[in-house]
Amino acid sequence: MIPAQFDYVAPTSVADAVAALAEHGDEAKVLAGGQSLLPILRMRLNAPGVVIDLGRIPELQGVTEDGDHLVIGAMTTYAAVLASEAVSAHAALLNKAIATVADPQIRHRGTVGGALVHADPAGDVGAPALALGAELVIAGSGGSTRTVAAEDFFEDLFTTAVGEGELLTQIRIPKHTGWGAHYEKFVRVSHQWSIVGVAATVRSEGGSIAEARVGLTNMGSTPLRARAVEEALVGKQATDEAVRSAVASVAEGTNPPSDLNGDADYRKHLATVLTRRAVLAAAGA
Amino acid sequence: MTRINVTVDGVRYSDEVEPRTLLVQYLREGLGKTGTVVGCDTSNCGACTVHLDGTSVKSCNVLAVQADGHEVTTIEGLATDGELHPVQRAFHETHALQCGYCTPGMIMQACDLLKENADPSEQEIREGLEGNLCRCTGYHNIVKAVQQAAKDLSSQAVGS
Ligand SMILES: Cc1cc2nc3c(=O)[nH]c(=O)nc-3n(C[C@H](O)[C@H](O)[C@H](O)COP(=O)(O)OP(=O)(O)OC[C@H]3O[C@@H](n4cnc5c(N)ncnc54)[C@H](O)[C@@H]3O)c2cc1C
Ligand code: FES
Ligand code: FES
Repeated sequence: MIPAQFDYVAPTSVADAVAALAEHGDEAKVLAGGQSLLPILRMRLNAPGVVIDLGRIPELQGVTEDGDHLVIGAMTTYAAVLASEAVSAHAALLNKAIATVADPQIRHRGTVGGALVHADPAGDVGAPALALGAELVIAGSGGSTRTVAAEDFFEDLFTTAVGEGELLTQIRIPKHTGWGAHYEKFVRVSHQWSIVGVAATVRSEGGSIAEARVGLTNMGSTPLRARAVEEALVGKQATDEAVRSAVASVAEGTNPPSDLNGDADYRKHLATVLTRRAVLAAAGA
Repeated sequence: MTRINVTVDGVRYSDEVEPRTLLVQYLREGLGKTGTVVGCDTSNCGACTVHLDGTSVKSCNVLAVQADGHEVTTIEGLATDGELHPVQRAFHETHALQCGYCTPGMIMQACDLLKENADPSEQEIREGLEGNLCRCTGYHNIVKAVQQAAKDLSSQAVGS
């Protein structure tokens, strides 16, 4: 099937894109890589009057360094993130998680910003962004910008802090240089969305865990950060036994879905197993 | 309607398209390039894979207007002077197809994979073709074809 008719604009700056959003109001829909939006339009689940393509705005592309932060333009593709040495060096967790998204063709088009704003609870980009303490820069009308912590960014299923008339422009990630990282994605067939995913990154000191960050995919309506587990891991040896007990309560307080791939209790069990695996792998054990 | 300028298989085109036109639709219905096929409604199957500025994309999941100013290569543009591309030849010689429906996309993705990684392991081949589904072959001979093409391409590179 093909999308319903729409008008198309392709602004070349953030200012023009925000102005186009203001002009067209709730008739407008922003197009990033299109890897979620185009299937939605083709199935006619949405039929915007105007599509605003962000693909011709150079300032939204690429990875740069700003002191102790990495700055990723919202329109940076998955493939560009995977090719970025700066991301591998300073935010390895993001690299590991993105390597599991979809397939090479979709990774050539899909963008980090599109994934975050789409906010599918089974999407693989939210949990690492949350675990790494990312900040999201949002542009609004009249040249205004605001910065939202990842913790406040994800509001509900497919709902984020990006309001009507606003654009996500940058993802700022505090550098985690030298931290080990692993994304443990559980699927039953290849090329599947996460049934559960766990993003873990660890700073090790002489065989024990000095600091840990853990994010969970598809364990609720938004990505979740497992702060109690992060604290319980501090000072632990990176052994199966020690990590197993530190992560045992990771599913407490989560509210995962029940569907054909598994019920909520199964997902809670998975989360404990996958967290142990992810933390041990991130610690190099 | 929006005017687009695209180069497809080495030929420049300038056309008026509706913004909602999918790239695959433009290729098939606009340019008659029916070598690229549509196998699904969900962007899962990969049958429609083409190269956009040299990297693989699912042409059912790209708008024709997004290709404005860019270069597209389809399965129809791979052969040179009637001579099959080494990946096409390897698919033919190792019986990597049965009904052949997935083949155009499989070959385009295999080319992309070999460009990124000239000497892939079996596992890397299977992962690189993760977004391309085949209902017939069980993938076994497709993997063999990519392995043979990798050898042919590397001996070609050494020879040239
Ligand atoms: C077959 C298939 C398999 C997939 N598998 C996975 C998977 O395993 N894991 C996974 O995580 N994802 C998967 N995806 C989804 C993929 O990751 C999408 O690319 C991603 O979710 C959206 O990014 P995009 O750049 O394509 O955004 P688009 O599809 O262009 O946009 C998505 C939404 O975000 C809005 N938007 C985009 N950018 C901005 C911005 N800068 N500011 C404001 N609003 C914006 C759009 O208006 C739209 O509502 C899969 C997709 C397909 C088709
Ligand atoms: S037709 Fe494009 S992925 Fe199936
Ligand atoms: S040969 Fe029939 S689908 Fe692959």
